[in-house]
Amino acid sequence: MTGTSPACSQAQIDDEIASLALDSTAGEDRDPAGLRGATRLDYAPYRSTVLRHPTKALHPADPEGLEMWSPVFSHRDVAAVESDLTIHPQGEPIGERIRVTGRVLDGDGRPVRGQLVEVWQANAGGRYIHQRDQHPAPLDPHFTGMGRCLTDEAGHYSFTTIKPGPYPWRNHLNAWRPAHIHFSLFGTEFVQRIVTQMYFPGDPLLPLDPIYQGIADRGDRDRLVASYAHDLSEPEFLMGYRWDIVLTGAHRTPAEET
Amino acid sequence: MTQPTTQSGSGLVPTVGQTVGPFFHDALPWPGDRHLVAPGDAGAVRLAGRVLDGEGAPVPDALVELWQAGADGRPATAPGSLRRDGHTFTGFGRCATDEEGWWSFTTLPPVTPRGGAVAYVSLAVFARGLLDRLLTRAYLPGTPVDGTSGDGVLDGVAADRRATLVMAADDPGYRFDVRLQGEGETVFLCWPRDPRAGGR
Ligand SMILES: [Fe+3]
Repeated sequence: MTGTSPACSQAQIDDEIASLALDSTAGEDRDPAGLRGATRLDYAPYRSTVLRHPTKALHPADPEGLEMWSPVFSHRDVAAVESDLTIHPQGEPIGERIRVTGRVLDGDGRPVRGQLVEVWQANAGGRYIHQRDQHPAPLDPHFTGMGRCLTDEAGHYSFTTIKPGPYPWRNHLNAWRPAHIHFSLFGTEFVQRIVTQMYFPGDPLLPLDPIYQGIADRGDRDRLVASYAHDLSEPEFLMGYRWDIVLTGAHRTPAEET
Repeated sequence: MTQPTTQSGSGLVPTVGQTVGPFFHDALPWPGDRHLVAPGDAGAVRLAGRVLDGEGAPVPDALVELWQAGADGRPATAPGSLRRDGHTFTGFGRCATDEEGWWSFTTLPPVTPRGGAVAYVSLAVFARGLLDRLLTRAYLPGTPVDGTSGDGVLDGVAADRRATLVMAADDPGYRFDVRLQGEGETVFLCWPRDPRAGGR
């Protein structure tokens, strides 16, 4: 998966993460490089970034042009059952049944309505059905780990699924990804396009993970962690998690016509 | 912790991006994802290229998305990209790279978007090892790179880098390589309200 030359230890990775952390003692004025609100692209503790990050600054464009609009999706694209990853014709998947729900908002707090949300994840044992995942954990014949939905009129999305397990990867010796669900979202403008990952509260792997720690700002990292929501849990059935997603600010107002 | 936090002055703090990782292939692609028009259609062109890393090696686990105006220059507003009906142009396509880093779309020739000066398409790039998505533009072959194109984005790019945003003619269509790093590094774009612009 990830070709690392000499396998280095978690302790070495921890040292690299610490050396690149924003100074947490300088209060609100830290972040001289303007890293808050952005994932760093050049982040060597995640080894695969080394040859795959741009070295030049992003070029600032004026808010005009095609990117001020976004592809449109509808119920023609997505069937309602696609939001329930636990439905399988041959039987039920194994693991802790959960529901993950929240709102998709733009940077001004407006709900993003009727837009596509895609998710994918490992099964309860930390295994993807992907052919390149050779982690020796069992595949679940009743779980594909992929889902889609459209946000509703208030911007809500909701998925019923199985809590994913952590899984090993080859970034360094004994590297384990914290449990996570991959999310892909569209806003009302192509500039809002985002792919990210949702994590679970209290996961002891979060401080050790170079992908999660590639986010410079602690508040930004914390906002990728869902909350356990007892009000969403259902008796004898599932556990609820709530996670809201904020897209970057829109440049057009929703009323503007094309 | 998950409540959106107010950012002084300009609304809510956006959720940050994370890498698409290596295991998206069963979830994000769909049948017909790369065919915005049917390959045999009259007027169909191929828009293809490679994603390359800092050593010029192909990136076999990248994903490229295409967003393109309709033939009338307006942004497409029809749904149906995931269940194409064979005649509606939705303007959107998606293609995972192959082992040699190639992606390819079958689409209409790019047109000048309404209000714009020259023809281009918008591309989003995702990959394992790329911690956040990148956006760029691919302009029609022959678009002037001497600063006189009339397109504010292209003309605003440093003169020696503009050519990275222009497609090459490659019958029956166009070729556009995405170089993530190094020699001929593609220009990637950001917009005013995006914290990726840095500094805010
Ligand atoms: Fe993953």
